This record gives sequence, structure tokens and C-alpha cells, in this order.
Amino acid sequence: MNIVVCLKQVPGTTKVNIDPQTNTLVRQGIKNIVNPFDTYALEEGVRIKERYGGKVTAISMGPPQAEEALREVISTGADEAILLSDSAFAGADTLATSHTLARAINKLKQYDIIICGRQTIDGDTGQVGPELAEMLGIPFVAYVSKIEEIDNGYMRVKRMVEDGHEVIETPLPTVITVVKEINVPRLPSLRGLAKARSAVIPIWTAQELGVDKNMVGLSGSATRVIRVFFPQRVHHGEILQGDLESQANSLINKLREAKIISGS
Amino acid sequence: MEYFLNEQQKTLKSLARRIAEERILPVRAELDEREEFPWGIMKDLAEADIFRIFIPEEYEGLGGGCFELCLAVEELSRVCSGVAVSYAASALGSFPLLEYGTEEQKQKYLPDIASGKRLAAFALTEPTAGSDASAIKTTAERVKGGYVINGTKQFITNGGEAEIYTVIALTDKARGARGASAFLVEKDTPGFSFGKKEKKMGIRASSTRELVFRNCLVPEENIIGKEGMGFIVTLRLLDRSRPGIGAQAVGLAQGALEAAVDYARKRIQFGHPIISLPVVQNMLADMATNVEAARALTYAVARTIDSGAKKFTEEAAMAKVFASDIAMKVTTDAVQIFGGVGYMRDYPIEKMMRDAKITQIYEGSNEVLRSTIAFELRKRKARQE
Repeated sequence: MNIVVCLKQVPGTTKVNIDPQTNTLVRQGIKNIVNPFDTYALEEGVRIKERYGGKVTAISMGPPQAEEALREVISTGADEAILLSDSAFAGADTLATSHTLARAINKLKQYDIIICGRQTIDGDTGQVGPELAEMLGIPFVAYVSKIEEIDNGYMRVKRMVEDGHEVIETPLPTVITVVKEINVPRLPSLRGLAKARSAVIPIWTAQELGVDKNMVGLSGSATRVIRVFFPQRVHHGEILQGDLESQANSLINKLREAKIISGS
Repeated sequence: MEYFLNEQQKTLKSLARRIAEERILPVRAELDEREEFPWGIMKDLAEADIFRIFIPEEYEGLGGGCFELCLAVEELSRVCSGVAVSYAASALGSFPLLEYGTEEQKQKYLPDIASGKRLAAFALTEPTAGSDASAIKTTAERVKGGYVINGTKQFITNGGEAEIYTVIALTDKARGARGASAFLVEKDTPGFSFGKKEKKMGIRASSTRELVFRNCLVPEENIIGKEGMGFIVTLRLLDRSRPGIGAQAVGLAQGALEAAVDYARKRIQFGHPIISLPVVQNMLADMATNVEAARALTYAVARTIDSGAKKFTEEAAMAKVFASDIAMKVTTDAVQIFGGVGYMRDYPIEKMMRDAKITQIYEGSNEVLRSTIAFELRKRKARQE
């Protein structure tokens, strides 16, 4: 069983600044983490391997420092990791990202199950999983909460929908995205950490993937971020003073003034 | 303080801390309240390879020593020493095997202990034999093909939960301490059962139980070392394990110190945080100084043992006595700084004080160990004359 887990390195905080020139995140000085949803994807990949045998390959597209994220997942069970990194990949939206990931997965040739987290905590779109399946021309199941069985080229999974669960059978290869209910990701092991320290993580560039530069990065993106802004905070909260009776009276007066209530 | 840890030791320390904070902290109060053995955490420790650190590489361990064990125990104890002792007791139970076991015994048992698949335990204490270990009554009678064990062991850490027990029993009653031998007894051996589960003051997540042997036949190949070596095995084992109790005490005291500093900064009385009161500052300063001194001594002794020292009875006793007395003092003072709320079970600090007491009692009471240290002093002086 060849399992591919796609993951992203994201800022480990919600307190990030936006570069006003490029409208992208200012990443300097921020501690990065593996996108939390992707840790469930990795754990499930490792569990499938432990149950059915095989190999888990982690792939991430990102700047050179995304290598840290890949070392981290080697410490928690990934067998191999590949970093897709090239200045041409910068500024990619989900379409360009999926294109790049799809090319890398094609280059791997052998894959049975591709697992992604349901979404990232920085972009929050949840689009890369389904786009990837589309580009690879294979089935896709979103929001998987349990892998029930894998047998004879098929996989049966349980997925969460708004009002319950669906059980779906899909032929392999297939792409799934997983929700956090699927497992509790393990902590690293000492042997895993030693392996992660010495692991060689190959970097695949645009050239090695043989991609058309117009299909990746900012130029391959179908969307542009025009403006990023914080919603203006409007808080004119007022605290009424005095004893209960006078507070109640002044509240009634205010509600009348605002024409929310009428009468005397 | 700079203790010059190497890369592997730093990794071990930070991973043990992460497990403690992410997996133990959320459940420690509940484990204590329910006196529940922490199997979930034992599994986490096993998956993280933490049981491998005290087992040599040829038996699927990572080949660490006494110092690595101390680092792990300290970090776990900082959050919950009840959990830490369940882990450390497995090391205690496997030390005799490591030092005196045959190649076959090591191959058979150590890989499972290293993977955390099976826990180990050590059984010496009996109702009539605490500090006076030579007063044990459990016997192992030589029969064809093995030994028949009869007797009751008391207060055995990991009792009922461990699967591999190192049991000290008399093979020759007439010879007293020189007639004791060590045996490996597996759980589920016919004639071996578990008695009373103790209800304890502290370290309540750990299991402390009676072991009952009634005509329990163990195969001949399960003896550790030779007949009559039981007390040599025991004394060596305890010398090696005492710095681990030191580390448990240091971790416990560190946890209490951190909680006390945190609380003293937040607690406002007379318009100011109580940490601005000189009386509180004095207490915290002494607590911090003592914790660091206990840590430095414990580490130094553990490293002395790992360097291949032949005899370290005195040093091992010093680390255990000093650190455990400090843990008792620091946790008591921490409760004092917390004041009324420190006495309540809603806060973790009273648990730390309850947990600290046992470190002054087990693996050699501090009174007995002080006399051990004094005996060595006297012997050395006599030799000089």
C-alpha cells in the first residue's frame, strides 16, 4: 500500500501581520507548525501502513523552511518526505498548489491512497484535496472520520455530513480528506526523532517536476488576493451605573430612543 | 543551570516534557482521585520509545544509562510522580536481569520491556521485612526442574499490572541474608496471585499490591545469578535505582516550585501580588536554591554510576536522601504559599505534597540511608588509621 500524505507548514499563531504590498502573510519571526488537520492525515496514513503494510510518503509544497515540517512528520511515522520548493511556486492559490502536488504525485508513479487534512488553518479553503483528485482523475471522499476497511482495490470509509454519517466505498487509488475525529495523532518517538535528524529530504523544483511555469505559483493562480483587511471593530458598549431600578429605567429610555420598543 | 546534556539527552528531556504536559497533565487529577493505573500513558511512553532508554541496544533498547532514566523520571514527575513511578518501577524490575541475567534471560525478557509491551516490577518487601530486608520469610524450595515459591510480598509497585517480577526469596533459611536468591516470575504462573491493593496517601495513580505465592513452581532457568546471590543483587539494584528516586523528588519539587511562583505572581493581597512580600520571596528563593542543589547532586551521582564506578552506595544514598527531604520541604512550602486554596483538592499542590512523602520512605527510608552514609564514613576513616 503506497500512501501519500500532503501537508502544509502554517503559522502557529493567529497573530500574524499582512504585508500591505503583496497582501501575503509576513512569516518572519513566527513559529511555524504542521497544519493541525494534516497531522490527523499523517497519523491515519501511518495507521493504514501499520495495519496493511506499505509506505507513507509525505509531500509538502513551500519555502525551504517547510523542510522542518517534513522532518517533524518523519519523527511521527512518515517513511519518506519530499519538499516541493521553487521560487516559481511562490504565491500559489489552491489551483496552482494542487497542480504542483498532482505533478509530484504523478512523478511518484505508485500511489494507492492520498490523504489530506480537511483544510488548512491559514487559508481555510478546503479546496486542495478535491482539486488534487480532479487533476489526478481519481475518486475523492471528503471529511472522512473512519477508515473501515481496505480490501482488494477498494476502500470503505465513513464520512461526516451535516446531519449524520455516510459510508462510502471507493476504488483505489483515491484521495480523501480527514477530520479531527478520525484519530489522536501520536507524539514523536525517540527513534523517529533520530531518523528525522538524519533523513535526507529531496527538494523537487519546477524543472524536476517538468511543470509549465504558467501553471504554478502566482502566474498559475486563477485567483488574486486584491485586498486583505481586518473587519472594523465597532464596540460602543456602555455600562449602565446606579441601582437596579435606575439602570432598568435608563435601559428602557434608551430602547425607546432607538425605537426598539414603544409606549410609555 | 548548564548541565551539558548531549543532543540525545536534550531530545529525551524535551519529549518526556511534552508527553507529561500533553498527555499526563490533563488527566493527573482524575487518575489520583480514582486511583487508576495509567495504562493510556504507559502506552504513550512505549510508543515514544521512553521504555527503551534503560535497555542496551542489543536487546532493542536505546542504550542509555542511569542519567537518561533520571531525566525521563524527573520530567514525568514534574507533572505527576504517580505516573512516573509506574514507569520507573519497570526499570527497577529489569535492572537485576540487566546486571546478572543470562543471555537467554535477557533475550527472552528485555525486548518486551524495551518496547513497553510488558511492565516489570521488583518484589522484596514483606510484612515483617521493610528496612530489615534480611527478615524476609518467602521461601524458594529446590525441587526437580525448578523452585517452589511460598510466601507473601507487600507494597509491590506495579503489582498486578506488571507481567515480569523479580522476586527475592530464601533458598536456604539457615543462612539468613546469604541464603536469599532472586527469581523471575511471570504473571499467570500457577500459584502466583495478587492480594490487597493498597489505598495510598499519594502517588495514587500507581499500583501498590500484595503478591501471593502458594506452591508456585518456577523453572530452574528463572533464577537470576546463583543461589545465595539474592541480597547482592538487591543491594546493587538499590544503589543503581536510588538516583531515580532523587530524580522523582527533584521533578516533583520543580513542579511545586513553578506552581508556587505562578500563584504568588497572580495572588493579590493588600493591593499587591504576594510575590512582592519579602517573606514569600525568601521562601521561593530557598525553594529554588534547594531544588537546583538536589538536581545537581542527583545528576552528578547518576553520571558517576554511568561512568562505570564500581562502588557508589554512599553517593546513591546521598542523592536519594537529600532530594527527597527537599521535595517534602518544597511541596510543604508551596502549599503554604497557596494558603487556603493550596489545601483544597481543586488545586494540584496538595497532591504534590502527598506525593512527596513517599520519596522519604521507599527504596530505603532516609533514616536507614543516613546510617548507610555514616557507616561508609566510619569505614573510610578506620581504613586510613
